[in-house]
Amino acid sequence: MIRALILSLGVLAALPALAETAAPATPPPEQVVAGLSENQIAITATFNGSDILVFGAVKRQTPPPDSAPLQVIVTLEGPPNPVDISRKGHVWGIWINTERARVTSAPAFYAIATSGPLNDVLSQTEDLRYKITIPQAIQDTGIASQVPDGEAFINALIRIRKDQGLYVLDQGTVAVEQATLFHTDIRLPANLTEGLYKARIFLTRNGQVVDVHKTDIRVRKMGLERWLYELAKNQPPVYGLLSLVIAIAAGWLASAVFRLVKR
Amino acid sequence: MQIYLPIAEVSVNIFLLLGIGGGVGLLSGIFGVGGGFLITPLLLFIGVPPGVAVATGANQVVAASVSGLLVHIRRRTVDFRMGTVMLIGGFAGSNIGIYVFELMKQAGQTELFVQFSYVFFMGAIGTLMFQESFRAIRRARSGAPPPTSGSRSRHGWAQRGPFKVKFRTSGLYISVLPPVGIGLMVGFLSATMGVGGGFILVPAMIYLLGMNTRVVVGTSLFQIIFVTAYSVMAHAITNQSVDLALAVLLIVGGVVGAQIGTVIGFRLKAEQLRILLAILVLAVSVKIGLDLVLTPSDLYSIRSVNHP
Repeated sequence: MIRALILSLGVLAALPALAETAAPATPPPEQVVAGLSENQIAITATFNGSDILVFGAVKRQTPPPDSAPLQVIVTLEGPPNPVDISRKGHVWGIWINTERARVTSAPAFYAIATSGPLNDVLSQTEDLRYKITIPQAIQDTGIASQVPDGEAFINALIRIRKDQGLYVLDQGTVAVEQATLFHTDIRLPANLTEGLYKARIFLTRNGQVVDVHKTDIRVRKMGLERWLYELAKNQPPVYGLLSLVIAIAAGWLASAVFRLVKR
Repeated sequence: MQIYLPIAEVSVNIFLLLGIGGGVGLLSGIFGVGGGFLITPLLLFIGVPPGVAVATGANQVVAASVSGLLVHIRRRTVDFRMGTVMLIGGFAGSNIGIYVFELMKQAGQTELFVQFSYVFFMGAIGTLMFQESFRAIRRARSGAPPPTSGSRSRHGWAQRGPFKVKFRTSGLYISVLPPVGIGLMVGFLSATMGVGGGFILVPAMIYLLGMNTRVVVGTSLFQIIFVTAYSVMAHAITNQSVDLALAVLLIVGGVVGAQIGTVIGFRLKAEQLRILLAILVLAVSVKIGLDLVLTPSDLYSIRSVNHP
């Protein structure tokens, strides 16, 4: 019910706003108008993941073409970081890390939701152009010079992060109604890192991207989490001493309490 | 019930952390070992990044050791003089260790170096302790008198050395050089292996110095507090990898466990204590050894570069 309300409110609010803006030189025949249920996510001590509702509508000047069905792809990309990938080898009877490759940039989180099977909604050339699928989100230039089989390392990175719930591909989870309204839920896991998360919503027909809409979600530690994090980064000696004081006080307290209990 | 850890940046079950802290604290109280060699692998297992696991584990060891030490101080089973002498060696050793660790890092095989150290030192010490305490238990069963006086006079080298000092609590009058040397070695290992060093310290004091087992546990805890506190500060300043939220939960479990453990420790016989510690040390070394030899479930591992 609330979701439906947000959905209709969002569409109503967005449509006139868009109409007021100056028309671009050649407006695409179909434009996406979209919103998110949240633009800020606070990581507090009890943070246990979050659901983001992505919703929107298609705005048209002319009746929809009836050639191919309208499809929607939603991506959400976390802050990028370099990642080291190590592979173990069997050397003299023991397993040790023998090869290592560094990926210059891999998103800490990447979710992609589609309205149908990925191969149907997106052509390979369009994927290369807009960098939509998970392998495209990882920048692996130069990996071939580090290890002979760079692709195996990239696949391992994707596999491990998929297992951790950090890379997600949900096919067919975007609901499209009457070729105009759409909505989907994207689950943000509990092991989230802070930073700017970029959301993109693509409209496609016949595998070709018709229009794209971009927006951001700010993920930030709040409250006690923020305070501890800032103290650890900005005042390391104070933070270290605080850790020790807490440890010693707790040790003393437990000893004192148990002494009282035993009496 | 989950909690999000601000430095580790993972969400973990609160009761799991309390349980780990409590279990390790219990063992720490019984045996006088800090428990770093247990807590670090356990934290890694539940998904805490390695740097955070080592640094935060050290902070938990401080708390558990303080809690255990206070009980020993009241029972007058701490040799402060012996502990202080070993600390002098310990700080020197840990600084050398940090330097060597840096060299290994540049060579790119720290993980292997740490695993080998675990397998070698814990395997050797565990085996020696197990054999000795097994013989002691068999002797006690057969009713023969324990040859304690004999085992102490065996260490003539400690009596003959220069700078002789009277360690009244330990009942020893020996040169300060062997305790300083032991402290040095333990400090070195604790900096390179990321542990407090209790599992090396306890047997070294019993077998190399011939100290009374009763005094050994308290004295070991005394020395561990300072060595691990030093390591917490070093990690907090250089890597910013101590997670206080994680530390507090481990500590709450740990101090309670340590109190119960200390009481159990006083009830056990000295040789039972030693054989149980030997089994524990051997188990960890076998586990790490198997990890090196058996085919890993995943050949690949990933590490985000900006993460501690």
